[in-house]
Amino acid sequence: MNEQALLGLADDELVLGWRDSEWTGIAPLLEEDVAFSSIAQNEIGHARAVYELIVGADGDADALALDREPEEYRCAPLVELHLLDWAHTIARRWLYEVADEIRITALKEDPDAATAGLAAKIDREEAYHRMHAEMWHERLREEPCFRQAVEELWPYALGVLPAELRGELVERVGLVEVEPIDRGGHTEELALLWEEMTMVRRSAPSGAQW
Amino acid sequence: MSEPVWEVFRKERRGAAFEHAGSVVAPDADFAEAWAREQYGRRGESVALWLVPREAIRDVEDWADEFDLKYRRVDGYSIKARLKEARERAGTAGTG
Repeated sequence: MNEQALLGLADDELVLGWRDSEWTGIAPLLEEDVAFSSIAQNEIGHARAVYELIVGADGDADALALDREPEEYRCAPLVELHLLDWAHTIARRWLYEVADEIRITALKEDPDAATAGLAAKIDREEAYHRMHAEMWHERLREEPCFRQAVEELWPYALGVLPAELRGELVERVGLVEVEPIDRGGHTEELALLWEEMTMVRRSAPSGAQW
Repeated sequence: MSEPVWEVFRKERRGAAFEHAGSVVAPDADFAEAWAREQYGRRGESVALWLVPREAIRDVEDWADEFDLKYRRVDGYSIKARLKEARERAGTAGTG
């Protein structure tokens, strides 16, 4: 996988991890609050591992993760959306997990051994995320508000994957393929998220040790 | 939602006994598993979990001990004085 695609994966995991962390303390159920926050942290952990793979042993993963301008991020618009209700949040989580599984499965076959190895490691943890997402999907799939949320987010979900992997997502999700809201462009929400996400880092002098 | 409580038991390492860890409130076994995994296993503190619906637990907490049958218990025997006597007889007082 080329570096831009890896960066897309890392940025997706960072930004979605960040977005889902916004539910910490305010999720609708106490038990889910703990689980959802934990999964969000795992995603940020995956992001860190991929940034570290990109920059190499002597590189600065934090700088790559947090010192870019908003327009330089390679995340898919799906993960940027500031979703304020639980049905949409769970719909995104589920759509993302299905798309991510397809992407990670392909990445496990990557000719670069380090990349394939990291993909396998991520996949082992993602198995529990998928279990969690699938369990919610099973429970909510017939609920009108959930179905509507899935349909609204569907063009965004297609944008997570490159064109050659989208067919599998269409098959898995069971919706008709539509024009994707593709990676490369950004939503307006990203700028605000970036402001908050990088605020502490920007407030400190460059080279500060944490 | 009024949902069942699942008591969670965890095993800290292989070969250890399961110990009560706490509980989760969940509508079914799948949710209970997902939530218990995150609450009782995400830091690697468990190698296995048991999830038991609280209704499946039979409470036993009433005990009758009307006749003070303390000879049935270890603490029913005070051997301190007798031990002292025995030591004195053997001339080993104070070495115990």
